Amino acid sequence: MPYIPHTPDDVQAMLQAIGADSIEDLFDEIPAHLKAGHGLDALPEGRGEMAVTRLMAERAEQDRFALSFLGGGAYAHHIPAAVWEIATRGEFYTAYTPYQAEASQGTLQVIYEYQTLIARLTGMDVSNASVYDGASGLAEAVLMSLRANRKSKSRKVLVPDALNPRYRSACEAIVSNQDVELVSVPFCTDAGQTLVDSLSPFEGEDYAALVISQPNYFGSLEDVDALTDWAHANGMLVIAVTNPTSLAILTPPGEWGEQGADVVVGEGQPLGVPLSSGGPYFGFMACKKKHVRQMPGRIIGRTVDMEGKQGFTLTLQAREQHIRRSKATSNICTNQGLAMTAATIYVSLLGPDGLASVAGHCHANTQKLADKLCAIDGVERAFSAPVFHEVALTLPQDADTVLARLAEKDILGGLSLAKDYSMKNAILVNSTEVHTEGDLDLFAQALKEVLA
Amino acid sequence: MSNETTLIFQHSRPGRSATAQAPKPVSEDQLSAIPASLRRKNKPGLPEVGELEVVRHYTNLSTKNFAIDKQFYPLGSCTMKYNPRGANRAAMLPGFLNRHPLAPASHSQGYLACLYELQNFLKEVTGMKGVSLAPMAGAQGEFAGVAMIRAYHEARGDDARTEILIPEAAHGTNPATAVMCGYKVREVPVGKDGDVDLEALKEACGPQTAGLMMTNPSTCGVFERQIEAISKAVHDAGGLLYYDGANLNAILGKVRPGDMGFDVIHMNLHKTFATPHGGGGPGAGPVGVSQRLLDYLPTPMAGLDEEAGDYHWIDTDTLPTSIGHLSAFMGNAGVLLRAYFYAMVLGREGMIRVGEYSTLAANYLLKRLEAIGCQAAYPERRASHEFILTFAKQAKDNHVTALDIAKRLLDYNQHAPTIYFPLLVPECFLIEPTETETKEAMDDFIDAMAKILEEANTNPETVTEAPFTQPVRRLDEVKAAKELDLVWSE
Repeated sequence: MPYIPHTPDDVQAMLQAIGADSIEDLFDEIPAHLKAGHGLDALPEGRGEMAVTRLMAERAEQDRFALSFLGGGAYAHHIPAAVWEIATRGEFYTAYTPYQAEASQGTLQVIYEYQTLIARLTGMDVSNASVYDGASGLAEAVLMSLRANRKSKSRKVLVPDALNPRYRSACEAIVSNQDVELVSVPFCTDAGQTLVDSLSPFEGEDYAALVISQPNYFGSLEDVDALTDWAHANGMLVIAVTNPTSLAILTPPGEWGEQGADVVVGEGQPLGVPLSSGGPYFGFMACKKKHVRQMPGRIIGRTVDMEGKQGFTLTLQAREQHIRRSKATSNICTNQGLAMTAATIYVSLLGPDGLASVAGHCHANTQKLADKLCAIDGVERAFSAPVFHEVALTLPQDADTVLARLAEKDILGGLSLAKDYSMKNAILVNSTEVHTEGDLDLFAQALKEVLA
Repeated sequence: MSNETTLIFQHSRPGRSATAQAPKPVSEDQLSAIPASLRRKNKPGLPEVGELEVVRHYTNLSTKNFAIDKQFYPLGSCTMKYNPRGANRAAMLPGFLNRHPLAPASHSQGYLACLYELQNFLKEVTGMKGVSLAPMAGAQGEFAGVAMIRAYHEARGDDARTEILIPEAAHGTNPATAVMCGYKVREVPVGKDGDVDLEALKEACGPQTAGLMMTNPSTCGVFERQIEAISKAVHDAGGLLYYDGANLNAILGKVRPGDMGFDVIHMNLHKTFATPHGGGGPGAGPVGVSQRLLDYLPTPMAGLDEEAGDYHWIDTDTLPTSIGHLSAFMGNAGVLLRAYFYAMVLGREGMIRVGEYSTLAANYLLKRLEAIGCQAAYPERRASHEFILTFAKQAKDNHVTALDIAKRLLDYNQHAPTIYFPLLVPECFLIEPTETETKEAMDDFIDAMAKILEEANTNPETVTEAPFTQPVRRLDEVKAAKELDLVWSE
């Protein structure tokens, strides 16, 4: 019996202690006609670890590719071997939420260190222990802004069209049930940026917050200082959506404009979490100290034990569902502990200089890639704004067709902007430190052949 | 166990780093396209440490945790069963690990095949008509389920339904979820035998009822025997029935939520399907639905073109009535692969054994604990895969609380059960041994409990001041909340 250790003698001894004749007797409170068995006939026979591993290894092999330049919110980075060797140690892997603090100081200290790393990277006062992912984190930030902005009575939040459309759609699906409206802010189609000018129609209106994405979906860098100051001048909070790698070299949201952003969220995946088909990732979430009681999710605090020794524990639990039930800040129960643990190890290994170096290579490689691709006839940058590590390009042909032909060559050459932005000849390409000069040349050569 | 109390930041020395891990710095020239006004002025205060220091620090921290791999971990309602190592290895295969979430279907057939088969597996084992794997945790599965209930009523123009009914013993996520979906919560009392107060429920049902959320076996650790009458009362009022799959382990292969009349369910794969809890996540909370909610399932889902034999994504363009995406991509994909591995290893017979042996273990542990003087909350009832003890007597007679006993268990190298939940039983333990623990492991727990009960009588300080053997003694939680220290500063 896979993973069940009992011998026939054990079973007899246990039944005897219970005073039952058979295991079936233990289900005697369940109405007999409800009992299943019949419906399970369609399930396969169980197989051993060897057979299932072989099956899955064959499946995994099917999904291999030669080269990928896909980004769109998930990015390929080098992950030091130590990161997951340690994160999947049984002591981290098979522990649960640290309800018994004395027996969970390992996990609790890691979270405290993580909160510190995120606060320092974002330039904010406090961080929670992480949420599910960047997109659902944005939904939590939107709901949080409604509670935290006490000057506003609005249930509307301004959201730029240049935000990752997947963030927009997940956020919409989560907040719409609470009568929250996401109001679109258009972007400048020349620059690929959200301009303060395009916000003027919203001036003097009551919105709880403005979302600012740095970089935005097109990879473009926004004028975050001007946008932040505009929002604050109009009584709105600022929700920053950022890429954590970029923060090693870009102005942290805590320093945007005169007062800094109020809430910061983003996808933590670039910090040591594999692409892994989209998850598990983790969303990071940080805010100004004055808003901490409105923040959802687990938060760890440092305190002392009865002998005065340093220790860590869950704190501010009065915000959470297991205490406050229907009055909680969110229904979120756990965090993405393991992914967050991996990120803490990753950032510790790279340090400030290593992370800046990764960010620098991402940017430099993307610039180089754009130059190489734009050297091909009819390929040009879609927008004029400076970018971080992703860039929108227009092609002389239909983007979806070109990408499909590149995929036939085993090159995943970017994401089409046709469906989300009706830019049917445009693609979004990303490069990071994992690409060599040779990789970039291969892509350029392949694109040239496809377009010829 | 390690005495590491130093923070990683305190190991930091300017100029030190794990140099093998980062590429050489780029020149300022290569960054010249980024306007100076957008550049960071001061480098972030991240730790500057070597690779060995990092490995040693986090390895040492890990040893300060209790974990299933180290201890019996009978945390009620959390199903802390063995997490097969093989599942982890399979999910970490390079082909899966390096697959970008937006890779075209042509480069995703292997992954999609696993997801498609897992969907079907979960459909069969729960008796539902459709399954979406998208929700990233139990609480998000609950959200998806209640959002579908709302979408269903709204599509029928039935917009007077403003209330979700929830038994008072329910998990806190249930009421919190109902509110996130824009509903009011009405709690329904639970009777002395652990079953829902059916008369009170019938009175609470009406044209304002959108649905009822419940777990079965309930959070009282017993099977809700009136489930069919409850189902009828809610359905007669026009409401839908939501199954919280927190306790699915108890009935796996025995009774299917679909056969009990539930319209929508969520499953916790980190419980029932043995994926790791990871110190608080990531989990996965797939949802299953009956026929009438099929159109509202969250996307994306895996589909199969049976003629061509090709797998594809089902998304909002082909299912526009869906409640939509709950994450940027495809939920906690790696967790789903681990659950798929587990399902394939167990197969049909294995599924049936889960319910059987988890129930056997719980009933054994209950009877033995009663025999050493523990008080069951529902002594007349069978245990499901878990059960409740109450230490109200010890609290009154010896001033030894459930919390004290839990802390003392740590000294005996046993993880404490869930305490003070459900809220309606005073001084309670919710104990769930799972099917993967040996009889000897349970016997050790029983021995520890016997010693602690004796200590409570003879030497109560050893219990009320416990633990003594852990890295820290009891922590000052009031100080933690009052003098907030959430981020370290030099």
